[in-house]
Amino acid sequence: MTLELKGITKRFGALTANDHIDLEVNAGEIHCLLGENGAGKSTLMNVLYGLYQADEGQILLDGEVQHFSGPGDAMRAGIGMVHQHFMLIPVFTVAENVLLGHEKALGGLSGAKQKVREISDRFGFHIDPDAKIEDLPVGVQQRVEIIKALSQDAKVLVFDEPTAVLTPRETDELMAIMQQLRDEGTAIVFITHKLREVRAIADRITVIRLGKVVGEASREDSSNELASMMVGRAVELTVQKSPPVLTDNIVEIRGLTVLDAIGQKVVNDVSFDVRGGEVLCIAGVQGNGQTELTEAIIGMQPRTTGSIKLNGLELQGKSVREVLDSGVGFVPEDRTVDGLVGDFTIAENLMLDRYRGEPFVRVGSIDRAVRDEFATEKLDAFDIRAQGIDTHVGTLSGGNQQKVVLARELGRPLSLFVASQPTRGLDVGSIEFVHSQVIASRDAGIPVIVVSTELDEVVGLADRIAVMYRGGVVGVVPADTSRDTLGLMMAGEPPAAAPADPTDPSEGAAA
Amino acid sequence: MTTQQPAEVQPAADERIELERAVVKHWKAPISYAVLTAVSFILMVLLARDGLARLRLASGGDFFQIPDALLPVRATGVVVVVLLALLTAFSFWAAATVRKVGAWLPVVFGIVFVVGFLVWAGAGAMIPIPGLLFATVGLSVPLIFGAMGGVISERAGVVNIAIEAQLLGGAFTGAVVASATGSTIVGVFAAMVASVLVSMVLAVFAIRYFVEQIIVGVVLNVLIAGLTNFFYSSVLTDNPALNSPDRLPRLNIPLLENIPLIGPALFNQTAIVYAMYLIVPLIAWGLFKTTWGLRLRAIGEHPLAADTVGINVPRLRFWNVSLAGAVAGLGGAYFTLDSNGAFTREMTAGLGYIALAAVIFGQWHPIKATAAALLFGFASALQQTLGAIGSPVPSEFMLMLPYVITILAVAGFIGQSRPPAASGKPYRKQ
Repeated sequence: MTLELKGITKRFGALTANDHIDLEVNAGEIHCLLGENGAGKSTLMNVLYGLYQADEGQILLDGEVQHFSGPGDAMRAGIGMVHQHFMLIPVFTVAENVLLGHEKALGGLSGAKQKVREISDRFGFHIDPDAKIEDLPVGVQQRVEIIKALSQDAKVLVFDEPTAVLTPRETDELMAIMQQLRDEGTAIVFITHKLREVRAIADRITVIRLGKVVGEASREDSSNELASMMVGRAVELTVQKSPPVLTDNIVEIRGLTVLDAIGQKVVNDVSFDVRGGEVLCIAGVQGNGQTELTEAIIGMQPRTTGSIKLNGLELQGKSVREVLDSGVGFVPEDRTVDGLVGDFTIAENLMLDRYRGEPFVRVGSIDRAVRDEFATEKLDAFDIRAQGIDTHVGTLSGGNQQKVVLARELGRPLSLFVASQPTRGLDVGSIEFVHSQVIASRDAGIPVIVVSTELDEVVGLADRIAVMYRGGVVGVVPADTSRDTLGLMMAGEPPAAAPADPTDPSEGAAA
Repeated sequence: MTTQQPAEVQPAADERIELERAVVKHWKAPISYAVLTAVSFILMVLLARDGLARLRLASGGDFFQIPDALLPVRATGVVVVVLLALLTAFSFWAAATVRKVGAWLPVVFGIVFVVGFLVWAGAGAMIPIPGLLFATVGLSVPLIFGAMGGVISERAGVVNIAIEAQLLGGAFTGAVVASATGSTIVGVFAAMVASVLVSMVLAVFAIRYFVEQIIVGVVLNVLIAGLTNFFYSSVLTDNPALNSPDRLPRLNIPLLENIPLIGPALFNQTAIVYAMYLIVPLIAWGLFKTTWGLRLRAIGEHPLAADTVGINVPRLRFWNVSLAGAVAGLGGAYFTLDSNGAFTREMTAGLGYIALAAVIFGQWHPIKATAAALLFGFASALQQTLGAIGSPVPSEFMLMLPYVITILAVAGFIGQSRPPAASGKPYRKQ
């Protein structure tokens, strides 16, 4: 089946998310849709899947114009989608999820189970139809999504950022599945912003930027060429940094364990040191305890045992305020939820953690002159693109929001800087800026801990890398460790040649 | 470490995520038992009363007559407290050794405690157990219907705090229509229609206009209370003929009604109660075994996922909330066409909220919610029975009993019950 999108335009108010986009996908072909976050890729696919209605343009299947008023229509026409955020009901079994919406066509629950076994055997998925979704790892959940689409005889399959939640090994397995599907004649649309994957698997590449198609590319093009097409200017993909100069500042974490509400060890006996002047990146697939680890450092996890010593001062058991007062800067994972108050202005957000005492508060009220002067200075220093300091933070782009968070956290004297997923969802330009700030903090001589699930970022920023898996640290390795080794570590295998002393930072200094 | 094999044995994606677990000891349950045991000790041993308590276990038409149980109050008290202490000790031991205890422990503890309390309160008097059970069923019926309405609505993703309004609206309409037409059956259907209309208001505001569901529910409760009060005082008091419906006839089921102890309570009831016996298992079966239930639970857990497989979420939510109203309407009809025989001001007296508590205590499951409603009904029946025989506990305190049990049940004894994930969250589409 051939899918054609002609002149698709979708507007949300004043924003044009898709501007006359043309795209053609043939049977037995993997067509990559490459673009940055916010380029309009997901919007386009939601239009294709009937979740959004296009304002202009046509969808054609085998030359026939289609009108999708809902996902049901798209499915009946043979379009399947593997969503970025899985459309699975966690408390249902695999078979129930496949059955939902197609109860008659599949012949009830027993028919659905049969179908799951059939497709699962065909692709070697090993999926138990009676397993509950919430008990399955994300990689398997994604296969359930694929089964869901295939159970409806999808001829066109859309994968929306499918590798964002996968380990490198799971990513490889997914690529193999996609190739198998292609070889069976399925037309595949593969949406991603990861250049490595595009170059590994794409038959054709269409690049979109700011809602418009900027052109086709070839998988033979270099990563730098693809990136500059995606961003619209020459970009520096590697992080510029000098060798680390270690100082005497040190944070020592020993036997740190965090329990969740039902007693599971989400962080399990974690120990490592970070010296001043180096960046320790914590790598790992999302959900292996990184969030809880950083929150434990800042004092936000109630069921924590073990020790966190910053320059000899015990932080564990202290309140968040005491931890902040001892000079810890923290960039939370989700800036819109934990980092900023969207309805507050930039100036207010910049003094969010300084509402007690001088210089911002005098005799119980905020000194607006001091606040505004501080904000104006930071606006300039951190290149926050906004109309002014009174702009509400919620209206800023992700990159500018993150700059506000950074400006606040780096705006006071620090003795430890912890950044959790600092570049998630940012455009390439903002990522460059965030990285330069992280390196600047490192060069100022304080210990820096960065949590990231993006391997490229980890390798680029780190002086040493700690890999977390199921709450524990699999190992701490130098920054020049091969991606294959890191990938295996992210799946829980300890590194083959263990470093002499995982807490000895001199190992990474050579890198 | 975990019990998982090293990763190379099987593909990483096939492993189940199993985190190591810390030993966490839960002391809440044993401490609760200890407090209740201490209360029992004070009541039944320190403040023990003299004499005998007579528990009547038989009623007229039984197959065979169980003789009355004559229990010496002091000795029974001591035995009960010793039993409770043993159960408490077991609970502490189980908590200390991190053992799972089944549901039998709270049930046995509860029964022993209730028996002890009955004997203590009934010193020198006779307590009719069949009557107590009959009252339990009677007082539970509206709670159960209300709870079923709550289960359906919340499973579909709409918080139904308007059960109170549905019961009250049904009760009023049922009384008036049955009086005007002279037909109780028409009255029952009218009650259901009225209750559906109340539900539809909730559904439209919650689903179409995304208004905060709790607020709509509370507003509806106040509105229906006000409306019925107004019509009651302005119309019904001047026209008593409009508020004197026939009552539904009692239908005795032969043989079954002669089962000792439970027969009269369960099988000497009206059609509305027998309908309840069918509806509860029907809802349980429908929720977990049919397409209707699958879709209903899907839109209450993850509406966007349901949408992506072509289910019309707003429409399905709307009709299921309406259906919830129809079920609750039967509970409303029960007030005026079965138990009371006329409408009185705010006669539902907050039972809609208790029904909502039963939904939560029953973990959004029809059978468990019914069990919870029966527990609350039993507490109310106990209060009535003890009030009638003149118990030594002040009647104001006895009136509190159903509510105290509700609070204890919802707050203390339940584990971590998980509501439908999307309950109370409006579903918006671009």
